[in-house]
Amino acid sequence: MKRRSRFILSVLAFGYAFLYVPLVSVIVYSFNDSRLATVWGGFSMRWYSALLRNDQVLDAAFLSLRIALTVATLATIFGTMAGMALSRFGRFRGRTLFSGMITSPMVMPEVITGLSLLLLFVSLQQLIGWPAQRGFGTITIAHTTFAMAYVAIIVQSRLSAMDESLEEAAMDLGGRPLRVVFDITLPLIAPAMIAGWLLAFTLSLDDLVIASFVSGPGASTLPMLIFSKVKLGVTPDINALATLIILFVSSGVLIAWWISRRAQRQTG
Amino acid sequence: MTGHGNTAFIEIQNVSKYFGDFAAVDAVSLKIGKGELFSILGGSGCGKTTLLRMLAGFETPTAGRILIDGVDVTELPPYERPVNMMFQSYAIFPHMTVEKNVAYGLEKEGVPRDEIKRRVADMLNLVQLGTFAARKPRQLSGGQQQRVALARALVKSPKVLLLDEPLAALDKKLRGQTQFELMSIQDKLGITFVVVTHDQEEAMILSSRIAVMDKGRLIQVGTPKEIYEYPNSRFVADFIGTINMFEGTVVDVDSDRVRVNCKDAGGELVALSDVPPAVGSAVCVAVRPEKIFISQTEPENSEDTRLAGVVADLGYFGNLSLYRILLAGGRIVQVSAQNRRRSAERFLEWDDKVFISWRPRSAVLLTD
Amino acid sequence: MLWQRFTIAIPYFWLLVFFLAPFAIILKISLADPIIAQPPFTPFFDDDGSITATADNYTFLLTDKLYAVTYFKSVAMAAIATLLCLALGFPMAYGIARADERTRNLLLLLIVLPFWISFLLRVYAWMGLLNNYGVINNVLMWLQVIDKPIAFMYTDFAIYIGLVYSYLPFMVLPLYATLERMDLDLVDAAQDLGARPSQAFWDITWPLARPGVIAGCLLVFIPAMGEYVIPYLLGGPESLLIGRVLFDEFFVNRDWPLASAVAIVLLLLLVVPIVFLQRSRAQDEGRLA
Repeated sequence: MKRRSRFILSVLAFGYAFLYVPLVSVIVYSFNDSRLATVWGGFSMRWYSALLRNDQVLDAAFLSLRIALTVATLATIFGTMAGMALSRFGRFRGRTLFSGMITSPMVMPEVITGLSLLLLFVSLQQLIGWPAQRGFGTITIAHTTFAMAYVAIIVQSRLSAMDESLEEAAMDLGGRPLRVVFDITLPLIAPAMIAGWLLAFTLSLDDLVIASFVSGPGASTLPMLIFSKVKLGVTPDINALATLIILFVSSGVLIAWWISRRAQRQTG
Repeated sequence: MTGHGNTAFIEIQNVSKYFGDFAAVDAVSLKIGKGELFSILGGSGCGKTTLLRMLAGFETPTAGRILIDGVDVTELPPYERPVNMMFQSYAIFPHMTVEKNVAYGLEKEGVPRDEIKRRVADMLNLVQLGTFAARKPRQLSGGQQQRVALARALVKSPKVLLLDEPLAALDKKLRGQTQFELMSIQDKLGITFVVVTHDQEEAMILSSRIAVMDKGRLIQVGTPKEIYEYPNSRFVADFIGTINMFEGTVVDVDSDRVRVNCKDAGGELVALSDVPPAVGSAVCVAVRPEKIFISQTEPENSEDTRLAGVVADLGYFGNLSLYRILLAGGRIVQVSAQNRRRSAERFLEWDDKVFISWRPRSAVLLTD
Repeated sequence: MLWQRFTIAIPYFWLLVFFLAPFAIILKISLADPIIAQPPFTPFFDDDGSITATADNYTFLLTDKLYAVTYFKSVAMAAIATLLCLALGFPMAYGIARADERTRNLLLLLIVLPFWISFLLRVYAWMGLLNNYGVINNVLMWLQVIDKPIAFMYTDFAIYIGLVYSYLPFMVLPLYATLERMDLDLVDAAQDLGARPSQAFWDITWPLARPGVIAGCLLVFIPAMGEYVIPYLLGGPESLLIGRVLFDEFFVNRDWPLASAVAIVLLLLLVVPIVFLQRSRAQDEGRLA
């Protein structure tokens, strides 16, 4: 029961208000009857029904989802491998470079990653004829590349914090190293892997800049579509779309949090 | 060790601390004398740490006042009080060397450089860390870190030093050593120490006086001997050391002799009391294991309370033996006896029939 | 062991091909000339095997004042945004670290939650708040504090709001991680020894929080340098930043070589902070070990 600093409390309050007021405002205005997105005209659900009839939006959403699912799975696999390598395999040749390649995609400005990958795809097309059409494949590859870095970091932290004696005990009991990985290590880091999967999914679903670079005609992801509309200013149907996404994501995060707290309480 | 609270150096006047509806400290009043080594003893949640933090200035009392050397410090923040604290976690600054740690308080006071150097060196020598000045905390053992914490607090020559569970983290051998070091340092410097602990052995050895707390209230204050031999309540009697307690009803009062009918003991027990309770009231007769005589032959002195039983369990510790005697009614009485004689004479064994007895004045009458 | 090599090799190979190699390609193209063709730049290797390279793009970049100003502005804006994030994020991280366990989890969740919501949508939300008919102006006019709407949108101010809004979690989380590990008794001990609260902060909290501060600042500064979306949606014509320049050179002017050169120079500017970040992470790992 420490003395609470009034300064700290007010900064906290301001900070959280700052984070959430914009979101709340979007949700409120999505029910706005008026066409002028920010002048209140009465309560209405018309933008939601308009949204559901908009094929463009639905196609883009479907594409983004397909990409995100693929990316999340690939990134989790590769990222877990990388995380394990960094955490459990000690010093191996090229570890520094590997470690650098893992941390960099997280911070690299998206315009650079996007540009670099597009140029790669163009050069590859010149050399070997693939990829002929840019779209699902190229976006997936691009997203996997940076998403796996995040997964690797999460898995690596979890492994570093974890007691190696569990794996040693398993090996002492006769388990071969590879078997131990599948029987012991992976189940123990499963929560980290799931968190990584979700993170990769979100990052992919949300990415605009990189997708803009590496995509091709006809392959428009949801963020790309939203961006093209939003460039012209605030529009009411985007409010509705935004609200749906906000609510969907929030409930997902809250459910995940609630589940992990219950699991903690059971084992704690 | 000095002072019996005549010259009240620290005065805690009816201090309470409420967190919402919960009273962590409930109307506690204490007077601590200058140069005393005073302990506040109690289990976890009894309020002793909250009381200590109020002395240090980290909490403000909801009611009551605190005076140190005549000055009302109740509202003063920690950095303005002539009080320093040795934290349970030691709280050594990890990014500073031992020397800088100890010098920190003096630097905040604005003491000149060379004087700081001198005082720090002297203090480090006093706690036997003279050669460790340039070390970093992570290079020190637990015991050494504690001494840094002690030196850091003492170097400012505070009027009062507060110690929060000073021996809790040490292993047994180190604990014994540190106990005597603390006492000797306190004696040498003459600073008033206030120790907070849950370990009654620690309190008994270190202190000139002890205050026992439970659920935010002060139960008893006295010297170790007073607390041990003359507990004022079942709580204190049970908290300090081991004791046998027999519940019963007062049957007869004859000046200071009180006869109590105790079902457990299977009969009447006698205890002495200055303030005899009313006949018929529910009391407790308590007697310490070491005050009880045990033998296979019936005791001669008719004054003594005597009970018959069987040795249910015994533990031989070399210097003494602990017995658990089963009485006829099913009650177990704990007896401890020094193994004074070293001879081939037969020691007591399991299932031996024995008599246990004690003098009337060995028993304490408890009404709370 | 074979399977260990396999485990290392796959991600390693992937990253080499799809992360590292592209940088070499950018470098190569930055040394080419733009032409009307598909792809729109001169090939590196001529038909007879000799190399055509030109440093024209770089000379242009380094001599044209517009680019120098833009690079400088991007660095400056990223730096200021970082400091703003630090000013807001440090007290928040400190408050969360000092909270009791249950509140702390909730507070952390609330910091992270906006991060999961689409970044684009969050910037969009600010558009709604800041524009002339937006919520903030409406409220201010309704309260009669002003009688004409204030032009928040399309200014540097709006960009800073967008940057701080998007990158705040990246500052708070590493700061929180470091502060949480700090023994709270240390500040109490300093005060007990005579330090006033502000002294205790600078003597004890700040030095011990430094690893978190460095990590947080780098996690904000590096990506902010190349930001494209926020300046585009919230900024005005005078807030031209390097991310936008790169994008426009590439998609609008179709000058791939120049865009590549812009990217390479930006990378060079970022090499120092990135190496710093790497070393700071390695130090942190060593500290925990």
